[in-house]
Amino acid sequence: MPLLEINGLKKAFGGVKALDGVDFHINENEIVSVIGPNGAGKTSFFNVISGMFPLDEGEIVFDGDNLAHHQPNEITRRGIARTFQNVRLFPNLTVLENVMVGQHCRTSAGMFGTIFQTKHQRAEEEMISEKSKEILSFFGTRLAGYRHDQSADSLSYANRRRLEIARALGTEPRLLLLDEPTAGMNPKETIELTGLIGKMRDERGLTVIVISHEMKVVEDVSDRVVVLDHGVKIAEGHYDDVSTNPDVIEAYLGRPAEKHND
Amino acid sequence: MKSPAYTRRLGLIAGTVMSFTGAIGMIQTFNERTLINPYLRMGDLTLYMTPFVLAWLAARGEPNPLHEPEREPMAGAAQGAVVGLIAGALTSVFLLVINTFDLTEFFPNMRPATIDAMTFDLGVPVGLVVLTAVSAFVGAAGGYIFGLPEHIRRGLGRATGWVLAFALFEVVVADILSFADIIVDVIYGPRGGLQIWSAVIIGALAWWLSARYQGQVKEFSNRVRGADAKSRLRRSMIALGVFAAIVLPMLLGGILNELLVNVSIFILMGLGLNIVVGYAGLLDLGYVAFFAVGAYGTAVLTSTSEAGIGLGLNWWLALPIVLVMASIAGLMVGTPVIRMRGDYLAIVTLGFGEIVRILLLSDWLTPFFGGAQGIRRIPGIPVPFIGEVSGTDPQLFIYFMLLFVGLAVYISYRAQNSRIGRSWAAMREDEDVAEATGISTVQAKLLAFVAGAIVASFAGALFSAKVGTVFTNSFDVLVSIIILVLVIVGGMGSIPGVMVGALVLIGILGGPKSPGLLQEFSEFKLLIYGGLLVFMMLTRPEGLIPSVRRSRELHADELTQDAWLDKGGDFARGDGEEVAT
Repeated sequence: MPLLEINGLKKAFGGVKALDGVDFHINENEIVSVIGPNGAGKTSFFNVISGMFPLDEGEIVFDGDNLAHHQPNEITRRGIARTFQNVRLFPNLTVLENVMVGQHCRTSAGMFGTIFQTKHQRAEEEMISEKSKEILSFFGTRLAGYRHDQSADSLSYANRRRLEIARALGTEPRLLLLDEPTAGMNPKETIELTGLIGKMRDERGLTVIVISHEMKVVEDVSDRVVVLDHGVKIAEGHYDDVSTNPDVIEAYLGRPAEKHND
Repeated sequence: MKSPAYTRRLGLIAGTVMSFTGAIGMIQTFNERTLINPYLRMGDLTLYMTPFVLAWLAARGEPNPLHEPEREPMAGAAQGAVVGLIAGALTSVFLLVINTFDLTEFFPNMRPATIDAMTFDLGVPVGLVVLTAVSAFVGAAGGYIFGLPEHIRRGLGRATGWVLAFALFEVVVADILSFADIIVDVIYGPRGGLQIWSAVIIGALAWWLSARYQGQVKEFSNRVRGADAKSRLRRSMIALGVFAAIVLPMLLGGILNELLVNVSIFILMGLGLNIVVGYAGLLDLGYVAFFAVGAYGTAVLTSTSEAGIGLGLNWWLALPIVLVMASIAGLMVGTPVIRMRGDYLAIVTLGFGEIVRILLLSDWLTPFFGGAQGIRRIPGIPVPFIGEVSGTDPQLFIYFMLLFVGLAVYISYRAQNSRIGRSWAAMREDEDVAEATGISTVQAKLLAFVAGAIVASFAGALFSAKVGTVFTNSFDVLVSIIILVLVIVGGMGSIPGVMVGALVLIGILGGPKSPGLLQEFSEFKLLIYGGLLVFMMLTRPEGLIPSVRRSRELHADELTQDAWLDKGGDFARGDGEEVAT
């Protein structure tokens, strides 16, 4: 059984059909890329899965449960975490706190424990801090050491992207949705992050869906590629097959010139 | 940088401000208070402060981050004199207009007494010449002082500051020194105001001390701030603070303790609102409602009067019931506004605050809340061996305030640095993302509202026991606004900030119903609140004592961080590429 199975997903904004009956599935430990031209509905696809936009029709079955119409925090708690295309960190919180926030849905200390500093609460705080540091160490020294206590908005662009992934990892997800994780990074950083995506699957046992415009990343990282255009899935398969698919080429580049001349 | 146009503009601004303060009757009222016997009256100080400050600004020139301002005393003095001259001339013209036309029908304060107050009682035309001359002189002094070397400026500043503090807060000094009346009689004149020679001594002493211990105070405060929360230094400072809080009320007299009780009630409310606005980022303009719930809840439960239901419960037994009531009130406000944000939330909470006040006043609920009559005969707080402590005994009552302020500080501090505090912070920064990061924003919001309501109900319960009678007019919208202003001025999300904000606003300027240390201000309180708020937003939006989170100082910028990484970092791949980005 696939980890996530989506059937007939529909989402319209007024007259614009952002998603028009998309079927999708991903198996445990798989990395799938979602590609498509601008406005194809990729980010809407993520927004609907993560519950940030309510869907119109269809079902989202994650690990056997239909998650359609659940609150985003509930979906995150069930094990789906995401990052955002336009990096949305908590800018005035420290690097470490950003990741610690991710741990919120895995911990339980309440007002009582907080005020009375119960043993459970203190142990939990310790655990949250340790776990968050461990997650940050996944990115080498880039987000480690003295950077723990710096505010998130003091980070460079690439580090913000990394921190956002770290925050998503902080929620201890089974499925990670990465929305253009390499956008704005230079080639070296892109290669590094591509390696990390593979590492997340291999070492942390994650299942990953990646939206990307960079075909090199898509080629390197994905087991399977899904192509969206105008809210419809137009192709699916291995990168080599998809990249030579005439429909895909047409979606990206338009129809060959001679057809216009007919 | 020092363009004549800029100088002229500052002069015109100064003149406008001077005319305005005169027109609203401020100078006249303030002049009833002598600061330095017999040379300086508070009104004159207020009046000539404006040309002084603006002349200082003129000497600095237009702010330019690329250049340090030049400091030349004589050039500055010339510029300052121009500012003062323009200001004085403009004010004179204004006073001439008042003198010629009778405007008292529209502006009741624009009467001959205003002219007298602003011209050392010399009147038109001699007084106007004097006014202009003094203004020009003060302006020149402002410009001259700006040009002086730093150590002299600092010395002058300290000396003036301390002299003014001693003069303005005469009540406090007299109260603290009440065991030695003779000293007070020597320092101050028989009808108030510092004696001239005691002013000179205080000024000289302040100058000498500031030169002698220059930098050491700052260094020490930095050490305390930088110290680890568990270090011995930090702990001993906290212990010292607690000790001072216990001993101080014994040294102070009834008036100051009364004032401190009032301030503490607002500190409590400020701390509660700080949880809602500062931590969780929910703008609540009806916060006084929770204060009212606390006060009326206590009143109904403990009062023995017929107007209420007259349960006559012990205050300590009533408190837990009041807390439950406040929590329910918190949920009642919180639940309907869960999906609202920003402005909409503010408007709805504003409405809720008024609803509570009007309900308490309504005929329908008069059997319980006494309507316009309020609830009377509320007993104080019973204490074993001492009896009932109420507001008539502020020297004892202050300890209850300290107890509950301490409790609220503790709760705020713990909450801020916890899982719950982080969820509030995340929600404040970005609600959608917080939700997508696994935080139930519904829960977090309700928790913030309930926590805020509980702290406000502490304040309400204490207020009831203190005053003995509650009326609805103690709970109008102005209270909500003032609490919000003190949180903003003090520093949102900062516990010491809220305390300082309450001390400055309620303690010095005066609360909505109670006068502060500067009783002359009470008539102009709202104007000063507004002015202060505008000034703070322009110059220091993070507040007097900003929270660490909001003004986190960066250790260094990104490039130096990358340099650090280049030396010691073990990159996964590639080196120092971030410098390029």
